[in-house]
Amino acid sequence: MAVKVKIPIPLQRLTQGKDEVDGAPGKVIELINTLEKQYPGLGERISEAGKIRRFVNVYVNEEDIRFLKNEDTEIKDGDEVSIIPAIAGGTKTVNSR
Amino acid sequence: MGYIKGLKCRECDREYPVDPIYVCEFCFGPLEVVYDYEKIRQSLTRDKIQSRPHNLWRYRELLPIDGEPFDAFHTGFTPLIKADNLAKLLGIRELYIKDDSVSHPTLSFKDRVVAVALAKAREFNFDTVACASTGNLAHAVSAQGAKAGFKRFIFIPASLEYSKIIASLAYEPNLIAVDGNYDEVNRLCSEVANKYHWAFVNINIRPFYAEGSKTHGFEIVEQLGWRTPDNVVVPCASGSLITKVWKSFKEMKEIGLIEKVNTKVFAAQATGCSPIVAAIKQGIDVIKPVKPNTIAKSLAIGNPADGFYATQVIKESKGFGEDVSDQEIIDAIKLLAKTEGIFTETAGGVTLASAIKLIKAGYIKKDSLTVLCITGNGLKTQEALHGHTVKPYYIKPNLSFFEETLKEINKAAS
Repeated sequence: MAVKVKIPIPLQRLTQGKDEVDGAPGKVIELINTLEKQYPGLGERISEAGKIRRFVNVYVNEEDIRFLKNEDTEIKDGDEVSIIPAIAGGTKTVNSR
Repeated sequence: MGYIKGLKCRECDREYPVDPIYVCEFCFGPLEVVYDYEKIRQSLTRDKIQSRPHNLWRYRELLPIDGEPFDAFHTGFTPLIKADNLAKLLGIRELYIKDDSVSHPTLSFKDRVVAVALAKAREFNFDTVACASTGNLAHAVSAQGAKAGFKRFIFIPASLEYSKIIASLAYEPNLIAVDGNYDEVNRLCSEVANKYHWAFVNINIRPFYAEGSKTHGFEIVEQLGWRTPDNVVVPCASGSLITKVWKSFKEMKEIGLIEKVNTKVFAAQATGCSPIVAAIKQGIDVIKPVKPNTIAKSLAIGNPADGFYATQVIKESKGFGEDVSDQEIIDAIKLLAKTEGIFTETAGGVTLASAIKLIKAGYIKKDSLTVLCITGNGLKTQEALHGHTVKPYYIKPNLSFFEETLKEINKAAS
């Protein structure tokens, strides 16, 4: 069982159109770095210098990582990670709390 | 004509043409209008501004429109009122109220942003305008959109004060009351905006719309006699107004209308929804979203789009932030009404209550000139004061009943 990573539409060009890709357990930032190797360019769009970009929201099992341990949040086998552009303040954060 | 160079991402500086777009394709940062300040500096003078009619278009070179304005000729240039009674009570030297509670046509500062957004929507050839709103924006889009002949779709949280819903319905827009809070409404609207070719004033027109807020700041400077105040207290919802007020001061310096900007900017929020002030108080840049719970519904944005930039304004101007309880908001609404004769909505109560705390704590010096940004009208949120006002005296239509009551009143006053 791997980690499921949901890719938003604007980034699917970099994942050959896939809206979901597999990742390995570990810290969020490690996951992003691994994805960059598989899908060159993807990591750069999501993070910069080891930090998630300000207008990209990352959720682990529907919880915003800003409420967890940010980039250091641990992801386990079977977890689901969603990457969502913030866009004008509207996110799913409030739903999931 | 036209002083706009294009759009630019606030995060990564990538440049874009002037289109109804709002997010950087690369890093998802917000886009902002870039002006040719050198050209504006050569064209715009104090005299030129002062020779123009008293509306927000007197600063049109610093607004993102290409053509002539076609509407909203009574929007803007609201009074800047010297609040001596309140200043005396709070023990502060000079206090001013920038009073957008009397903005034309819908009694809140949102008339400014919508005036600019609709002018731009017309330039982009949209026939439908839309918005996600906590109330005031709904009124402004409903009203100004009606006059300008746009089809209108207004999305609001269904839980809004009933009086605020009626105040939109009067203009007969398509009002969509969503079972959710503002952040959820906004998220839905992002999806709608992707699918339909409409001008969502605070989504795909946002870079242009938000610029309208600068006129609130331009007017403060002009009305103070071409100088910035020592302090300005601004209510925060998305954090857009506070960043634009700061930008307006800096732009006036940039184009040479004023020599310096010596202003501390203060953010005001309700404790029940204070993600921006929380970040300011903790001294961090990260805005942690919250689930709003406050009577100040017009400020109840739990995940503020410009929250980060608001914290940067505070840092850059050496200001601070304060948050206040619902009771403090109610008390401040009443205080402003009974000292200065201005009835503001809950957001105005947040601003004044926060200012009072900032003065007491010494962040706002007593020997200073302070402006409070009052952004909306109390008639819109009368429910907030139910059970908190003084009571009327009920009498029979007879002079003796009145005189008995008068005795009671005089006794209570003595």
